[in-house]
Amino acid sequence: MSIEQLSIIGLASLVSISCSLCGVYLVLRRLALISDAISHSILLGIVCSFFIVHDLNSPLLILGATLTGVLMVYLTEILVASKRLKKDASIGLVFPLFFSISVLLINLFAADIHLDQDSVLLGEIAFTPFRLLTIWGYNLGPASLWVMGGILVLNVVFISVFYKELKLTTFDHGLAAMLGFFPAYLHYAFMAMVSITAVGAFESVGVILVVALMIVPPATAYLLTNRLFPMMILSIVFGLASSLLGYSMAFYLNVSIAGSMAVMTGILFLLVFLFSPSQGLIMKFLTFQQQRILFSTNMLLIQLLEHEGTKTEKTENTVSNLIVHMKWTFKFANSIVSYALEKGFIQRHDDRLLLTSFGREKAKRVIVMDA
Amino acid sequence: MVKPDRLTDLECAVVVQDLTVAYKEKPVLWDIDLKIPKGVLLAIVGPNGAGKTTLLRSIMGMIKPAAGNVAIFGQSIAAKKRSIGYMPQRGTVDWDFPTDALDVVMMGRYGHIGWFKRPSVNDKKLSLEALDRVGMADFASRPLNQLSGGQQQRVFLARALVQDADLYFMDEPFVGVDAVTEQAIIELLKELRNQSKTVVVVHHDLQTLADYFDWVSLLNVRQIAYGSVADVLTPENLKITYGGRSSFLMHNPVIT
Ligand SMILES: Nc1ncnc2c1ncn2[C@@H]1O[C@H](COP(=O)(O)OP(=O)(O)OP(=O)(O)O)[C@@H](O)[C@H]1O
Ligand SMILES: [Mg+2]
Repeated sequence: MSIEQLSIIGLASLVSISCSLCGVYLVLRRLALISDAISHSILLGIVCSFFIVHDLNSPLLILGATLTGVLMVYLTEILVASKRLKKDASIGLVFPLFFSISVLLINLFAADIHLDQDSVLLGEIAFTPFRLLTIWGYNLGPASLWVMGGILVLNVVFISVFYKELKLTTFDHGLAAMLGFFPAYLHYAFMAMVSITAVGAFESVGVILVVALMIVPPATAYLLTNRLFPMMILSIVFGLASSLLGYSMAFYLNVSIAGSMAVMTGILFLLVFLFSPSQGLIMKFLTFQQQRILFSTNMLLIQLLEHEGTKTEKTENTVSNLIVHMKWTFKFANSIVSYALEKGFIQRHDDRLLLTSFGREKAKRVIVMDA
Repeated sequence: MVKPDRLTDLECAVVVQDLTVAYKEKPVLWDIDLKIPKGVLLAIVGPNGAGKTTLLRSIMGMIKPAAGNVAIFGQSIAAKKRSIGYMPQRGTVDWDFPTDALDVVMMGRYGHIGWFKRPSVNDKKLSLEALDRVGMADFASRPLNQLSGGQQQRVFLARALVQDADLYFMDEPFVGVDAVTEQAIIELLKELRNQSKTVVVVHHDLQTLADYFDWVSLLNVRQIAYGSVADVLTPENLKITYGGRSSFLMHNPVIT
């Protein structure tokens, strides 16, 4: 593998880990949409800061972008506080405004700004290796790696330092306020963190896919665990896996790296959704089937026991009566009968069914349990 | 028992003056004056939407009032945060949050732990003891969303207990719990009161008021009446508080 490829993979990993970490708290705070809004809004900050410093690589761009992200959150909250608009409507009002203004500015001054629309939308992670950071003539490698590495460190430090405080404000805003943990300030600090992360991710994957990297890995992790810390670890694992698998896919199919990474987050989610041992659809379906068979077998045994030795036994305890009486299909009745035969609960004589002594015991136990 | 208006501020855990609270323009609480003496078990009673939760939350400083003052042990709420324990009404927290019973109880210690520091071994010990006191010791590591409603209530009671406060606010602790749990909870609350702590409880059951509580405040946007249960629980007061519905709530008025 070439050094270029390695630096792309490295950057993709840094981006996905940072996004997954922020994302855990976004998902738990039900702010998934905010991350999309932030990633679109920061563009305005980037464009405006560029007019001031005329340098696309200036750290001031990150600062300006972060500020617009937080400003966007602040404006939506003012709108919500006015009680005239709901939260989703406020978000939907503010961020397209920010985004469209920046698109117009880029259109108007396209010649000055070296931002083309494709890279705004989908990022340009493939160019990572060619933008190098040089300080005093020393070549320190791709600049994005340094920036994103710094952002990841910031994320880890922020979340470790405020772990308990973030957890409490997310879980119980009221108690956090009462205990003096300033949930409002913490909220804005966290929003700033998300904005910075979105700025870093924007360069690599563009404005549209940031939301996938921030939301899908934590949502996947949420399917698998009931604890916060494991959720963060799993989220990182899924983020990392998406970027590595996504890169390979992009490489073999020769398609967009950012797009492939986002697709991979979705595929992983789907797999977990279907196959998760505790909550997966398949597992739920299997347990349901299993329970249905056990329950129906019990019904069969009780029916046989109730009519055993009565005058109507000959007609009641038959397969054909099961179909009429229990409203079972022919196929289902036969499968339950085979199951009961296999377990040694019953004997079959053509249409007639008889309990074995083992089956009789079982039927009695079931009735007692129900009572 | 002293009359509420005779109380000096020194004898009070909470002094509320002229409190008015509004969401949007509509006032939810109007000109409330309330002096809660130290060491009593006080019930706040009123219909749904009367502003009971709002009153508790504004006393605790979670809601900014439109007008009025609140003093806790003679000081501002900010200065007295550590002395308050709070059990929220069901439905105000996220029950699907990825956490377990012990962790929730431990959150009650966060005020004592302060910023940045992690819970210590002692905090964990206190939290386990509190879970034990509410009969939930076996559920310490059970995820929150796998507890029944009554079990969740007990966990939140344990969380209020570990706050190790002098003044407790409990918002409908008896809702959704069986008779045994209700008895266990009221025993705990009486025990707190006997340790001369002040306990304020939002309560809905008029039948048990006299058994459980020393004082009661009838609330419906305004404070309708306040004092000892025997003095306050008159048919007229109930009628003002609940409108025509009070006769359904009380078949045998305590005082006639
Ligand atoms: N965040 C809010 N925004 C707007 N209105 C609110 C808000 N919270 C409560 N209200 C309104 O304020 C009034 C009082 O609410 P509050 O929750 O204090 O009532 P309550 O007495 O606790 O009722 P309940 O017995 O149902 O718990 C209600 O009319 C309610 O609709
Ligand atoms: Mg309430």
